Formats: sequence, C-alpha cells, structure tokens
Amino acid sequence: MKGERDQLTIAPDGAPLEDQPKWRQDFPIDWPQDHYVSRRDFTKFMVLTSLAFTVGQFWIVVQNYLRARRGQLPLLKIADVHQVSVGNAFAFAYPEPHDSCLLLRTGEESFIAFSQKCTHLSCAVVPQPDKGRFYCPCHVGSFDLTTGAPTAGPPRRPLPRITLEVRSGAVYATGVELRMV
Amino acid sequence: MKRRFSREQRLTMIYGILCIVLIIVMLQLWLLIATMNAYLGGDDSIILPAGLASLVCLALNAGLLWYVFRMERQR
Repeated sequence: MKGERDQLTIAPDGAPLEDQPKWRQDFPIDWPQDHYVSRRDFTKFMVLTSLAFTVGQFWIVVQNYLRARRGQLPLLKIADVHQVSVGNAFAFAYPEPHDSCLLLRTGEESFIAFSQKCTHLSCAVVPQPDKGRFYCPCHVGSFDLTTGAPTAGPPRRPLPRITLEVRSGAVYATGVELRMV
Repeated sequence: MKRRFSREQRLTMIYGILCIVLIIVMLQLWLLIATMNAYLGGDDSIILPAGLASLVCLALNAGLLWYVFRMERQR
C-alpha cells in the first residue's frame, strides 16, 4: 500500500520527511490523521449534544402531560375585600406556597391579579400604580398594570393572570391563565 | 464490493458530515427554545410535534455518525 504509506507523515510545511529536522523525523505528527480524528470526535460530541436536546424536548412533553393531569387548580381565599384599598396591591401565594402573586384593587368593585414572577428570568416584579406598570428591577423590564402585557425591556410574554372570583365580601383565586401574547 | 476511501476523501467527508450535524443541532436548539417558550406561555399544541421533530433530527445525526463508524471499519 504505497499510497497510504506515503501519506503517513505529512509535515505542516508539506516537505518530505527527509528534509525535516531530526526531532520531527524521530517524532513525526500525522497532521491529516490528527485533523480527521479531531473532527470525528467533535462530530461525536455534537451527536451527544443532539441527544441532550432531544431528552430536553421530551422532558417538556412529560412536564406538559403532568401539568394537564393536575387539572383544575384549588380555590383559595386571598383576602377580604376591605383588606385591600383602591389602588393598592396585596401579595399572596398561589397555587403553591412559593408562587408569589399580586392582587390589585383597580376600582371599588374591580380586582386583578398577576403572578409576581417576571417572564424573563423570574425576578419579582414591583407594582408602580402611579406609572401604570409592574416594574422588574433585575433587567429594567416592565408590564402593563391592567393587562400584564410586556411594555419594555427583555420580557416577551405577559405575566400569568390569576383568575379571580369575588363572593361574600372576599376575593378568591380560581386558576392561573398562562398567555403567549 | 465495498468501497475504500483515501485519507483525503475521508477528511473531506468528515467535514461535510460535521457541517450537516452542526446545522441539525442548531435547528434542535432553536426548536427547544421555541418549545420551552410555548410551554411557559401555556400553548401546548406544538409540544408533541416539536418533540417528534427533535427525535427525527437525532435519528439523522445518529445515522450520520453510524456512517462515520462504518467508513472507519472499511479502512
């Protein structure tokens, strides 16, 4: 196999092995083979990355299935109507104890509630009723106070809305409405 | 008859395969980000189709890697 044999010790300058310094003659590096092996190993690593992305994709499928199986969220009393004055906010947790939310009284009879987690990186948003917005101090994002829609900064999705029910002088949370726009 | 490739041919082929694999992996990354965004936004209509599309991409990548291994066995 003359062709294969000739290719075995190609130096970076392409000159034959006899013209190379002695150290290279003693320890020749097979550059084409070296390039081949490094690209092949990188290809293997990329296929492994592809596997990781597929696993992540199916992790979302499983999480979505579990979320759908949970069904209707529980009814939770947030506060009595008289506890929240008009224009003020009231913090509560729903549906889990670590899911902080904000209840706002926008009028005598009107209430609105949103999740307090910014849809960018989950920092807690701060209500600023005088500016008509929820403000996220982490990356200077803001959301409309009445709709929860993003108005500035990096967030692209609106704040999840907490559906409410007012009965017998108390405000109850009945569910969470996730939204894309 | 099984064809044997020279080293130069194999190097060219591995470059081509690597390019295709990289493009598919970037597509999968985009798919994962879009699916996560849809999941967090409560839109579950694309989650399963996107999962299947990602599986197809993985199968393509695995097929290309298998071709690389087969090419080496024939050396």
